Amino acid sequence: MSQQPIQLPLPGFEAARVRWQGEYDQQIGAENTRRNRSGVEIQPLYSPADWSGGRYLESLGFPGQVPMTRGIYPSMHRGRSWSQRQLIGLGTPEDYNERLKRILDAGGSAVSLIPCNSVYRGFDADQVDALLLGTCGAVVNSVDDMDTCFDGVDIATLSTAMNDPLPFTLLALLLAVAKRRGVPWSKVTGTSNQSDYISHFVANHMFFRIALPGSRRILVDHIDFAARHLPGWNPVSVVGQHMQQAGATPAEAMGLTLSTAVQYAQDCIARGMDPDTFLPRFTFFFDISISFFEEIAKLRAGRRIWCKLVRERFGARDPRAWRFKFHGQTSGVDLTRQQPLNNISRVTAQAMAGIFGGLQSLHTDAHDEVLSVPTEGAARIAVSTQNILREEAHLTDVIDPLGGSYYVEKLTDDMEEEIRAVMDRIEDAGGMYRAVESGTVQSMIGASALAFQEKVESGEQTIVGVNAYRGEDDLSMRAALSRPRPEVMQAQLERLARYKRGRSMDTVNAGLGDLARSAGSEQDNIYEKVVDAAIAGATHGEIVATLREEMGCGEPLVQV
Amino acid sequence: MTVKRHEPPRVLVTKLGLDGHDRGSRLVAAFLRDAGMEVIYTNPWQEIAAVVQLALQEDVDVIGISSLATDHLLVPKLTRALSEAGLGHVRVVVGGIVPDEDERMLLEAGVSRVFHPGSSRDEIIMEVDGLARHARREGSDDRNGDSDGG
Repeated sequence: MSQQPIQLPLPGFEAARVRWQGEYDQQIGAENTRRNRSGVEIQPLYSPADWSGGRYLESLGFPGQVPMTRGIYPSMHRGRSWSQRQLIGLGTPEDYNERLKRILDAGGSAVSLIPCNSVYRGFDADQVDALLLGTCGAVVNSVDDMDTCFDGVDIATLSTAMNDPLPFTLLALLLAVAKRRGVPWSKVTGTSNQSDYISHFVANHMFFRIALPGSRRILVDHIDFAARHLPGWNPVSVVGQHMQQAGATPAEAMGLTLSTAVQYAQDCIARGMDPDTFLPRFTFFFDISISFFEEIAKLRAGRRIWCKLVRERFGARDPRAWRFKFHGQTSGVDLTRQQPLNNISRVTAQAMAGIFGGLQSLHTDAHDEVLSVPTEGAARIAVSTQNILREEAHLTDVIDPLGGSYYVEKLTDDMEEEIRAVMDRIEDAGGMYRAVESGTVQSMIGASALAFQEKVESGEQTIVGVNAYRGEDDLSMRAALSRPRPEVMQAQLERLARYKRGRSMDTVNAGLGDLARSAGSEQDNIYEKVVDAAIAGATHGEIVATLREEMGCGEPLVQV
Repeated sequence: MTVKRHEPPRVLVTKLGLDGHDRGSRLVAAFLRDAGMEVIYTNPWQEIAAVVQLALQEDVDVIGISSLATDHLLVPKLTRALSEAGLGHVRVVVGGIVPDEDERMLLEAGVSRVFHPGSSRDEIIMEVDGLARHARREGSDDRNGDSDGG
């Protein structure tokens, strides 16, 4: 005999609920309202009174089916694990190559390339104080450098996350290497991880900027170039992580990220592009804080909003466009210098939230990154944490295992409401581009950063080892420093000088001249000229300097 | 917590070098300002010469350098440049991700204090206020000394 679905409300439900509430109140007495970081009020208990599952297909659906709340693929992590994408980048191109090969030998297939801060600032190694070279990333300036990074590695089978801000010179150098090696560009796969220039103006100031209007144009050129030449490349990663690390609440970070993606999509549509050609290649990148259920709900709600939005607002018909693909990184802001081994526990909880939130790729922070650039031993523990959660704790045996929890579903609904409220504010301010120009976004983030810090200072938010449970610090855990040796960086500088001497300057100048002219011509695709200039032998610093000259520099838009 | 004084401490909060992570510097600047100090705040990526120039122009007592990604390695160059510019009285404090070995190096180079993550607001305010008093006293001694000599 088949079972009938249970009809709600259950007989006697309300009476039982009221009795529980009375008993609860009696035990607890007067209670302060609890709110999560996003401001959502958290009840002591959730039941069918809060979420009944009655609109299952409309609000959840099955994995891989609209509205994708339960995941963007039918089999999710049970079918295929998320990519374990650890950041690497330190020292010279040789150092990078050595570390990359070790990761590949250990079975990795997805890597990242983190360049030195001098690259982020738009400079070649010979333009900055040598003391800082290679201390936080790899020094990559020329096609030779890029060739060395991937020496002995088949770039046709590797997925590379390039931490490559606009104008995407690292990808241009990689394409130049592909051309040199005879690898067709259609085989080059990966993501432009730092393409979200809006987040660079408001939240993360690691990167140099081309003035806002120029940035806006180059990103669309880049997306257009990828649509035509790079079927395996994701030209856009919208980085909510920057917003949240700078102080936005989880709901604000999600809302600002979605509003940014809407802005980029609108800019592409204004250029005459069909949403189904570029939306499937949009990816996202989120911070995962230790506010466990809030983060799970944030990610589930974001996935649902994106799916509805691209269908209803942009009319995307390709199901790949409906999928909210994202990378997650455990939040460094939650880690403490005091009792640093505690950070392993924090990263574990953060990673669990990301996994239950249905991410596609995960970076777990090393526990010692509050002490220095992570050491290799600590980075290994971070990777092991992922393996333990998957294969020992069996977190991935069931798809979306928290789906249907009264709490998680109600919180997902509540977070969706908060996120949509943020998106409405941005819409009222004229969209993300205008909201950034006017400072709306910056003041939102600044106020939230200060409000959270106040909670820490007052002790309302416990931080173990910092404002509570302060014990002895285990000093033996202080990380050993690994810094590039000065003579190694000296050799790299000499290599750059040799590279510059060995080029045909006529070819380089012709490439840079074309690039400069493209900036003044609406007909040209600037990114095409960036790639041509890289192939012609121009360095990262030369390409950036040319565009800076033509399009102006952007100052960060910050407020104290 | 507020600092009561006829002439509030003058503090320059900035970042040297290449990195631009500025959540820390913005928060500290806001704390110090709310505590009643005169805070001069700049964008990140300042050149050492520009910081010295600004310190001179704004007559600051304390310079706070925020560092997340090894830019504090440049601070010894800053303390040297300050002395050479006759601003030896100006106190320099550093806050951020500073490994122990680097902290020793910074203190030897004349940095007054390194604040690590987890430092409390009140601790920072009190320390900066105390350093500003010392700087102010020494600075006026220097000036008086100069005028006596001239």
